Amino acid sequence: MKPPKFDYHAPVTLDEAIALLVRYGGDAKLLAGGQSLVPLLNFRLARPAALIDLNRIKSLSYIREHDGQVRFGAMTRQRAIEFSPVVARRLPLLREATRWVGHLPIRSRGTIGGSIAHADPSAEYPAVLTALDGEVVARGPRGERTLAPRAFFETYLTTTLAPDEILTEVRLPAMPDGAGWAFEEFARRQGDFAIVGVAAAVWRASGRAAVRLATAGAGGTPRRLRESEEIVERDGLTDTAIEAAARRASELVEPDSDIHASADYRRHLAGVLTERALKRARGSARA
Amino acid sequence: MPDIHLTVNGVPREGRCEPRKLLVDFLRENLELTGTHVGCEHGICGACTVLVNGEATRSCLMLAVQADGAEITTVEGLMRDGKLHPLQEAFREHHALQCGFCTPGMLLTALDLLRTNPSPSEDEVREGISAVLCRCTGYHGIVKAVLSAAAARSI
Repeated sequence: MKPPKFDYHAPVTLDEAIALLVRYGGDAKLLAGGQSLVPLLNFRLARPAALIDLNRIKSLSYIREHDGQVRFGAMTRQRAIEFSPVVARRLPLLREATRWVGHLPIRSRGTIGGSIAHADPSAEYPAVLTALDGEVVARGPRGERTLAPRAFFETYLTTTLAPDEILTEVRLPAMPDGAGWAFEEFARRQGDFAIVGVAAAVWRASGRAAVRLATAGAGGTPRRLRESEEIVERDGLTDTAIEAAARRASELVEPDSDIHASADYRRHLAGVLTERALKRARGSARA
Repeated sequence: MPDIHLTVNGVPREGRCEPRKLLVDFLRENLELTGTHVGCEHGICGACTVLVNGEATRSCLMLAVQADGAEITTVEGLMRDGKLHPLQEAFREHHALQCGFCTPGMLLTALDLLRTNPSPSEDEVREGISAVLCRCTGYHGIVKAVLSAAAARSI
């Protein structure tokens, strides 16, 4: 179908965009890359009074290294991330995860901020944000706040962003030199939504293994697998430890059943993909 | 209604439409460029794929107003001097189309793929064109066509 009627605004500054959000008092939707919102409009599942298009706000699109972090303007396209030398060097896990986001024509428009604010639990970027302990910056009429993933993702398609706040920046800590990584995902067809995905990173810190693991698609929010990480941090990156961590992963996740897969199947996949991701991450790590 | 000024296939064009009009409908109805097809209207089938500022994009997931100032390439813009584009030639040579519904989206998706990765493996071609659904060919001829265009380095 075609979208319903709406007022359309394309502000060129963030302050104008926030003022518009305040003016519409929760009846406006922010339009980022549109790869999730426009289908909802076309289906008429979303009928906002107004669209506030962020695409003309130039200051929301950048990739910058800052103080051990890589900072992304919320409107940075997934395609820009895929081909960014800074991301390839500092955040190879994010680069690999990006290849799983839809297809190249989707990534031409889709943005990092849009993907994270949409909070689809099967999406790749929220899982990477969770695995790497990143943070998001939100700005509204009362100022700016910085949120950790646990304080941001609430449940399916729901975050703690206030109706008058805009996610403006995504911050990810740069991965240490020599870190290994893998993003493993299972979907029915290339480019489909993940049934389950697992983000993994490993490196050595003060002579010990440091491990980061998070899932996509196994519950209402991305899930950090801290207890699985601890098994490998304690016992090292051996096959036995990795297999124990994978078994623990399938116990830790709290998936739901839907038309795509049962909760049991998702639990099974969380274990299988954790094992694959850790083994491949181990293989790509340097000392 | 907003005025929209954009460049389509190298030619400056303009039109006027409601903000809710999708880019694909603007191209087809306002500019009468019906080579770009409307399939699923929710970003899955890829039939409406065009190049926006050189990058393959779903024109059913973009509003026409958002394309104000952009450079668009549609299937009508692929021919050069009255001759088929080398990728179109390869599609004809390798029987890469049957009903032709997916072909415009397939061509522009493949063009973007070959510009970002001029020497793709067969797997990379299959991954790239998985962005567009074809219900006739089983994809085999399309994969062969894209690989042969890449080998000829004609893009």
